[in-house]
Amino acid sequence: MSRLPKRGSPGITRRGFLIGMTAVGISFGFPRHLMAAMDPASADGKVLPSEGDIYEPSLWYSIDTAGKIKVNIMRSEMGQHVGTAIARILADELEADWNDVEIIHVDSDPRWGYMVTGGSWSISQSWPVYRQAGAAGRTALIEAAAKKWGISTKDCEAKNGKIISSKGELSFGELVTLGLTRKFTEEELKTLPLKPNQDLKLVGQQVTSLDVANKTNGKTIYGIDAKVDGMVYANPILPPTRYGAKVVSFDDSAAKAVKGYQKTIVLDDASGSVPGWLMVIASSFIGAQKASKLVKVTWDAGKTTDVSEADIIEHGKKLLSDSSKGGILDTGNVKTEPAFESASSTISQEYITSTVLHAQMEPLNALVFKNSDGIWEVHSGCQWQSLTLPVLATALGEDVANIVIRTYMLGGGFGRRLNGDYTIPAALTSKALGGKPVKMVLMRPQDMQFDSARSASVQQLKMAFDDKKAVTAMEHHATAGWPTQVLAPGFMPKGVNGEVYDPFAIAGADHWYSVGAQKVRAVSNDLAMATFRPGWLRSVGPGWTGWAVESFMDEAAHHAGKDPVQFRLDMLIAEGRNAGTTPVAEGGAARQAAVLKKAAEMIGWGTEQAEDTGLGIASTFGQERDMPTWVSCAVQVHVDKSNGLVNVQKLVVAIDAGIIVDPNGAEAQCQGAALWGLSMALYEGTELLNGQYKDSNFDTYTPLRLGQTPDVQVEFIASKMPPSGLGEPAVTAVAPAIANAIYQAVGVRLRKIPMRPSELKSALAKA
Amino acid sequence: MAKFILNGESMTADVESDTPLLWVIRDELNMTGTKFGCGIGTCGACTVHVGGRATRSCITPVSSVEGAEITTIEGLSEKDDHPLQVSWKNLQVPQCGYCQSGQIMQAAALLKDIPKPTDKDIDAVMGGNLCRCMTYVRIRSAIHEAANAIEIKGVQS
Repeated sequence: MSRLPKRGSPGITRRGFLIGMTAVGISFGFPRHLMAAMDPASADGKVLPSEGDIYEPSLWYSIDTAGKIKVNIMRSEMGQHVGTAIARILADELEADWNDVEIIHVDSDPRWGYMVTGGSWSISQSWPVYRQAGAAGRTALIEAAAKKWGISTKDCEAKNGKIISSKGELSFGELVTLGLTRKFTEEELKTLPLKPNQDLKLVGQQVTSLDVANKTNGKTIYGIDAKVDGMVYANPILPPTRYGAKVVSFDDSAAKAVKGYQKTIVLDDASGSVPGWLMVIASSFIGAQKASKLVKVTWDAGKTTDVSEADIIEHGKKLLSDSSKGGILDTGNVKTEPAFESASSTISQEYITSTVLHAQMEPLNALVFKNSDGIWEVHSGCQWQSLTLPVLATALGEDVANIVIRTYMLGGGFGRRLNGDYTIPAALTSKALGGKPVKMVLMRPQDMQFDSARSASVQQLKMAFDDKKAVTAMEHHATAGWPTQVLAPGFMPKGVNGEVYDPFAIAGADHWYSVGAQKVRAVSNDLAMATFRPGWLRSVGPGWTGWAVESFMDEAAHHAGKDPVQFRLDMLIAEGRNAGTTPVAEGGAARQAAVLKKAAEMIGWGTEQAEDTGLGIASTFGQERDMPTWVSCAVQVHVDKSNGLVNVQKLVVAIDAGIIVDPNGAEAQCQGAALWGLSMALYEGTELLNGQYKDSNFDTYTPLRLGQTPDVQVEFIASKMPPSGLGEPAVTAVAPAIANAIYQAVGVRLRKIPMRPSELKSALAKA
Repeated sequence: MAKFILNGESMTADVESDTPLLWVIRDELNMTGTKFGCGIGTCGACTVHVGGRATRSCITPVSSVEGAEITTIEGLSEKDDHPLQVSWKNLQVPQCGYCQSGQIMQAAALLKDIPKPTDKDIDAVMGGNLCRCMTYVRIRSAIHEAANAIEIKGVQS
């Protein structure tokens, strides 16, 4: 964890990661094998050879003598087409011919800097770096051409893969053939002139993402497809509790009858990732799976065998009632007490979210072995290589420098693969077998049992009003299991009361409305932390804080007797801290007001609705205040009072994410994110039962299916501001929009997600 | 010993008779385009064609397809140009892509049975195929686009 900031320091920010990304580390220079990197556009992911000599204007790409440009991508591909979007930023600045561009997803060599794919950070952080890199190549190529022609660089122009002047034209490939060696220091890179944003040609245009074709013919290689000669298969046996379980004994006599069964081992895990696990080894996947069902194990279980969802929620309520607990965020004036004491009226409400599983389609898996150079190779899908490597090092008792993660295409990330704990059992098994290749694939019930779920949460919100029903203060108290506390505690900043908090378990509560004094408090639910390992799940904190803030804003508008859109607009004032302090956030609350107005217009806000039909709206931002993407979602729902079924008939989303690099991909991300939000609002959620998640497969864990999918209309606000992020933000406004629409349709307020028909029906009966 | 025809070629595999077809295809015959998702036939990622019918290979014992003709995503078309593969690329349907082999195989079976499906037909037939990236809106559009392409081609020929 040496690369992480110290505990209690200002914490994780976009900028922190950016520094990591631009700092050029030292290559350890250990031998690289064939699969050191992957090209998602080629057959089986193999990187195509370069032609002749190559020129590397920066760490991030090379140009060969045929003019082919290989762009190094250190972000993981999990459906965002991230390589295409990043390569396009570079190609645009370089003035490359897009047909010459190839993308390469690289391994975890330290020279790439801090490797993480999450937080919707990839584009926003890559934007300045890859533009500088592109400018470096363009500058070098122009200099080389000018020298060749004996003219000034001012008389040369880069265009579509060529340098052009009155003397003629030279292709990038021809110039590389002449021999280019120009290098740029970090300082030089920063001072290179960039194209004005309005001159960008590839950014904002439609291009086909380079990873798409192979995803329609079965050629894409995911972690689960990884293979090396001589590998054995391992299937785990998981203990009854996530923590504290110890194997007392096991009996594998029945397993010995299974074809290909080799042995069962108990893992000894110094990293604490998989306590109480056994691994069943066989020559085939099916053999390992069959045998693992026949091994009888006796454990000393951990302490959480009887913890249920209700216990987590009740414990959370108790924690919130103690005002000394948790970190208080810096929201300017946090002294809300005077306003509440002098208020003409106040409202307060409590909101609950259920435990949510990642349930990514590709079950967790990893292939690990020690190669002939003594390097541990970890072949797997991974979102946070820089966090996973030190854990692997601890588990294997090896230096980080002797471990490399080769990241494959991810059959879904959604945050599950930020936590690399699933690589540990495969690594430990390989170690137990002397470095032999071990492939572990979890069965779906194992994948779900081992999930680092989005914790259940309890949120209590309060608002104070003066005698004219204007808002004078607001409080937001939230508790949940904190993913950052268990996995990356160094990223937790200190609140104004000196207590640390998980920024990813509260972001979103520190909203852009001007509400007078504002107190936002985040409390760690230690019972949740002891029972399971909370994880970051697509949209992270704002995915559940937004649910509370925007349901509550609707309730507050009704209390104030104002239209819910106008009530919000009156508080979205781009002044003070709500004007936006970073380049990406410039414009602040005014930009949120714009998306809110847009969504209202798209849904036909204020139009009369049929019986039991209503409109609902919500406006949020993701993912953090220094990199906000403003979102507004509006829905039209119909409620069937006889059975409590909610039919979302229309779903619209208005978004301001600054410059849109990849319009088609951006729309796809927002469609998917909005539907993920719909899924968690109505269909998806589990609960803890006897210390484990109740659901273990897609028979009872029921994410949205095609027949439940409405048309989704996405509109982006045209913008010249630097890009923010798009993978997650559209999740955050959907659930409250639906709850608000249900209220408008039938007058019933639901304060827990998922909003199940049975609960709506019983609420209707009470109304 | 299991015997069947895979993408037009005779195959044999030395596996136990209760081995699910999925793992024979993936691990014994090294065709990894067909994916494992749930193991109980509820997600559709493992969908292949057995005698032209969409079948969940994760719950199909290899003994039950003895001698049958099986098609996987790798054998759906010669040049990756089945109208669904074309429309899938045109509309950039895949995100992570993991479920898409199964989606395309299910949709191909759908278009054989119902050449011009309505939204309702699509919702009903594709309801067993989960997409965690939630590419559903584009899946629906791409099936319509492929159906139209097949119809136009049919008229011309």
